[in-house]
Amino acid sequence: MNNIDLSVKIGKLELKNPVMLASGTCGYGNEINEFMDLSKIGAIVTKSVSLNPRKGNHPQRICETPSGMLNAIGLANVGVHQFLKEKIPFLKEVNSTVICNIAASSIEEYVECVKILDKEDTIKAYEINVSCPNVKEGGLVFGNDSSAVAKITSEVRKVTEKTVIIKLSPNTSSIAEFAKAAKDNGADAVSAINTLVGTAFNIKTRKPVLKNITGGLSGPAIKPVALAKVLEISRKVDIPIIGIGGIMDWKDAIEFIIVGSSAFQLGTVNFIHPTASLEIIEGMINYCKENNINKISDLTASYILD
Amino acid sequence: MITEKAKVISVEHIKANNYLIRLRSPQIAEICEPGQFCNLEINNLTAPLLRRPFSICDSIGDEIYFMFEVCGSGTKILTYFKPDENINVLGPLGNSFEIEGDYDLAIIVAGGIGVAPFPFLTALIPDDKEIITFLGGRNTNHIITNGLENIYIATDDGSEGFKGNVIELMKKNEELFKDKKIRIFACGPNPMLKTLQEYANLNNYECYLSVEGAMACGFGICQGCVIEDAEQQEKYKLICADGPVFNSKEIVL
Repeated sequence: MNNIDLSVKIGKLELKNPVMLASGTCGYGNEINEFMDLSKIGAIVTKSVSLNPRKGNHPQRICETPSGMLNAIGLANVGVHQFLKEKIPFLKEVNSTVICNIAASSIEEYVECVKILDKEDTIKAYEINVSCPNVKEGGLVFGNDSSAVAKITSEVRKVTEKTVIIKLSPNTSSIAEFAKAAKDNGADAVSAINTLVGTAFNIKTRKPVLKNITGGLSGPAIKPVALAKVLEISRKVDIPIIGIGGIMDWKDAIEFIIVGSSAFQLGTVNFIHPTASLEIIEGMINYCKENNINKISDLTASYILD
Repeated sequence: MITEKAKVISVEHIKANNYLIRLRSPQIAEICEPGQFCNLEINNLTAPLLRRPFSICDSIGDEIYFMFEVCGSGTKILTYFKPDENINVLGPLGNSFEIEGDYDLAIIVAGGIGVAPFPFLTALIPDDKEIITFLGGRNTNHIITNGLENIYIATDDGSEGFKGNVIELMKKNEELFKDKKIRIFACGPNPMLKTLQEYANLNNYECYLSVEGAMACGFGICQGCVIEDAEQQEKYKLICADGPVFNSKEIVL
């Protein structure tokens, strides 16, 4: 019998549980749905969409590192129009809660994308990617400038009633400052963290392994950094946090909730265990039962620091 | 594609750094085809983190075989597996070699461990078709003939067979196939595939190349393993999902 309340609320978004699949690690849902029922998880965050299709970076795009991986995909995507036409019908059919991740090279482009997507009811929320480390324009350029994050948030807020989540970069000195800029300008939540900038070199050729030279580090290697960033935001800014960074199992997920996350996203683990999300839900239920927690949301920011 | 907990039957040393692992994996064995690959979970720790992709070398009964060369920590760990241990397999992944169709002679061209998918293919080529196999390797340690037929060998150092590369060997033996209706199936290092691609396209030979690339997932979500599309410049093909087998005219190597 399952009487544990796993539901969480983020802005207007009501999720049946706090488990989301992170942008760029679950495509547009169709492949991963072969392994699991997408309607069973809180939400899927789509691969970033931009106004026009993007080819992405040249290969090699992926490289494994100790307990982690680097990626430099470069926001390859089908573009907002094709996304609506080709990808949304499937997500609608499998009854999944869709958060659309948007990447852009200018504030106008973010706004334009949201305007186009806003008519589609299947999309319940936006995750604004201001922190991709792998593209020259936009992405991290915005993520490193809190006034740009403030401006993007306020402009996007003006054109949608739906939940707006700002995805923050860890590649800054004070992530809380960015979370505050997002909150003050109308964001409903922040997600943290995006990948950390990293690189790897081939010692024989002395060339970078990735064609893009640097990539975004993800996986268990970044979990301690992500936890510290979530905790920092949680202690300084009153805004719902969606924790991301190297979650491999339910224990990692619980840890993220304790340090301040209302919900969390699974990324790299989807590549290895496409059914990890379902196993994590089960593990969370057992943890709650064993610890007499009736509502998972009671666990958020329940850290004890002294 | 599914994930299946497979039981290790054996890990056999073939020669030099090359091994064959046999797994009992009934669900994957039932549906897999030559040219497809599987992603093996090396352990349940975080290093190595990602699964490792391997071509299906053969499938007999409820077993699947993978031939691999030890080239890093993941493949090294695979050699330590003992019978009856479990290994999680994700597959079968990708497309497969087109076996049916209008040709009389199947020419298999393999470089080094690129030989891996061909025992499976050789076993399934219809009986009414001939097979010639051209194998190339740096030296005799890289020549693995298990499960192949009608073999011609080239080594870079001349330690076995013809001294030179496998495409030179193939050209030298053109008499064997030039008047026949052929289909080429190839797998190996990129420079070999590129040379073969140029040769096949120039002579208008029907040619299928199995390529590899660094990938995280193996089923289309990470978008890591891209390859240039010869027909449309504005987007890449994915090795894992659109391939790994491509017509030699479809891709730019």
